[in-house]
Amino acid sequence: MRTFSSSQTFTAPRSPAHLDHPPPTRVRQPSAWWIKGLFRSLFWAAAALCAGPLSAQAQAPKRFADDMAERTRACTACHGDQGRAGPDGYYPRLAGKPAGYLHNQLRNFAQGRRHYDLMARLVDPLTDAYLGEMAQYFANLQLPYPTPTANNAITPERLAKGQQLVTQGDAARGLPACTQCHGVRLTGVQPNVPGLLGLPLDYLNAQLGAWQTAQRRAHAPDCMAEIVKRMPAQDLIAVSSWLARQPLPADTRPAERAPAGPALPEALRCGSAPELSATAAKPMNGGKP
Amino acid sequence: MKRPWQGMHPVKRLGWVTLISLAVLAMCVVWDNWGDLLLHTPTTATQITTTETAQTQQASADQIEQGRYLALAGNCMACHTTRGGTPLAGGRRIDTPFGGVYSSNLTPDPATGLGRWSAQDFWQALHRGRSKDARLLAPAFPYNHTSVITRQDSDSIFVWLNTLPPVVQAQPVHTLVWPVGTQPALAVWRSLFFEPSPFQADKSQSAEWNRGAYLVQGLGHCAACHGPRNALGASGPVSDLSGGLMPVVNWYAPDLTREAESGLASTPVTEIVRLLRTGGSSTAQTSGPMGEVVQHSLQHLKETDLHAMAVYLQSRAQSTPQPVPAEVKPSRISLQVATQGAKVYERQCLQCHGEQGEGIQTASGEVAYPALAGNRSVLLSDPTNLVQLVLYGGYGPATAGHPRPFGMPPAVLELQDRDIAAVLTHLRTRWGNQASEVTPLQVNRIRAAQGQ
Repeated sequence: MRTFSSSQTFTAPRSPAHLDHPPPTRVRQPSAWWIKGLFRSLFWAAAALCAGPLSAQAQAPKRFADDMAERTRACTACHGDQGRAGPDGYYPRLAGKPAGYLHNQLRNFAQGRRHYDLMARLVDPLTDAYLGEMAQYFANLQLPYPTPTANNAITPERLAKGQQLVTQGDAARGLPACTQCHGVRLTGVQPNVPGLLGLPLDYLNAQLGAWQTAQRRAHAPDCMAEIVKRMPAQDLIAVSSWLARQPLPADTRPAERAPAGPALPEALRCGSAPELSATAAKPMNGGKP
Repeated sequence: MKRPWQGMHPVKRLGWVTLISLAVLAMCVVWDNWGDLLLHTPTTATQITTTETAQTQQASADQIEQGRYLALAGNCMACHTTRGGTPLAGGRRIDTPFGGVYSSNLTPDPATGLGRWSAQDFWQALHRGRSKDARLLAPAFPYNHTSVITRQDSDSIFVWLNTLPPVVQAQPVHTLVWPVGTQPALAVWRSLFFEPSPFQADKSQSAEWNRGAYLVQGLGHCAACHGPRNALGASGPVSDLSGGLMPVVNWYAPDLTREAESGLASTPVTEIVRLLRTGGSSTAQTSGPMGEVVQHSLQHLKETDLHAMAVYLQSRAQSTPQPVPAEVKPSRISLQVATQGAKVYERQCLQCHGEQGEGIQTASGEVAYPALAGNRSVLLSDPTNLVQLVLYGGYGPATAGHPRPFGMPPAVLELQDRDIAAVLTHLRTRWGNQASEVTPLQVNRIRAAQGQ
């Protein structure tokens, strides 16, 4: 049985079909059941007789708590228990990400800057305040991260190139280092900038690719869109491959403020994190619905 | 004297008769749709000027506020706003069985919105479903309902719309299949199915009842979803609340007059009001499109108006003869389906909805997870809403009166059609529930239609 209690690891067995295959979409012919019906009926009857008492014993006592863990079951079904990430690499971790960042993502789905129908359907009926409360709930959860597992084929030279871009950027192309906004430890910066570690390679690639094709956007001005525009696909993969191989530092919490450094150029202002910019005083819609 | 058709070849004569009949029919259709313009042009023009002047002078703060409120009651923004877009600037695509219709820009931009419209033009659109340039509007705009609205209310809404900041946003061209979107086709459709139906008060009923009827039939346009539609997409009278399957989005809007489907006859009026205002009552919860209506429209209405609507709806339910419930034969469910259903229920549903389908209430008596035993939505003969809820899960509307709803996880990625069919069959046949089996094909139809 699947449980989503607050203290245990995610041990619920999903159906093997879910882990290995894309979601089923085809009609299953009902007639096929009846052909094998007799045998299967007997089999299931026997199975039911055996399983009935067993499952009754295994039944955990029902616990209902009038809290946010209970209210976010619709989230944790895909994003994993306590938002520690889904098993397949496409449902990212929510736990411990900065609240402003999470809240902005929920707004992005609600307002059409990010596109995933299932997310849009979930957030549509909710108020901005409630979405903010959910974001804060997941931001407050500090859970251990898994060991990085990325093992895509990539030469050491390109990995080194990835590391260089992440830690130093490329002045010739006007690319700041990732660390300049995402923190020296790359665990993000409060309240709006996400960490870049502990994310599956597939997810990183999918997000960077989505920014390239404008499938993923942020509040204007969209600094990440501008940065990704300046990077060829080769560089994006070098960066994501390096990031996905890094273990988390001892302190996985987002930094309190961005590292001191040169101010971001005007072209790289972030609507979703106006505090990063020297010109942040300018009125923008960042951080507001 | 020789008549012209005497001595004519019969085929030729038939041809002429057909041709003349068609011409007469066409003239009738033209007259039906535009006749008032041919007759009354000069008078209307003078009327416009006088009304206009009167209006500009009288557009008081009260009237503007009234217009804002009425637009909320009409939920205009739901269709006339894109996702993340400026409210009422239009451009949202509404999918119909005949193709896509795009909503118009209601902000006062002169080129792309209502900036050059007069209050009379706006009234024409609401009352006759006709644009400023006499173009017939696509009936995705529920003008059968807006024709119920009084001239005074129409003017108030128009005055308020004119206070909005103008947004330059041209209305995209509809993508309706030919010939559905053409003016002749619309004219014929309207002659068949549309007639302005200004509100007729029922003198035998109270003022409150009539206010409720006016809101339900007019601005509320409840029958747009809660009434059946024919093959050409036309719904019945504006007061027909006998339930309908909403095309494309695939939700069933229950029959509001039938106790078995909506329970309005026996639910206390205060609970009906609570459901409309907060999205949930002690016995029912809104979901899907009704949740949107609560979220964007009903929760913002005055208590008196909600009460009036509840009184009207309850009176309609109580005065409708209820069909004798047909003897439901216990469905013959195969053992495999029954076992599979029980298994899926235990794994996916039991923790929240309970071993006996009893659901969970919070300490304060709020429904966290609805009971499934005896639940009207579970027992509807059309399982569409159940399939939607299991496939896509979701939250009820978060409203001022119910700000932190609990949610249901989507099962679309985890459960196969046959699992969903089995578990729905399980909860439709357990704990005293007696409803028909749900087939994997029924589940698949909805999954396929939603593109997931």
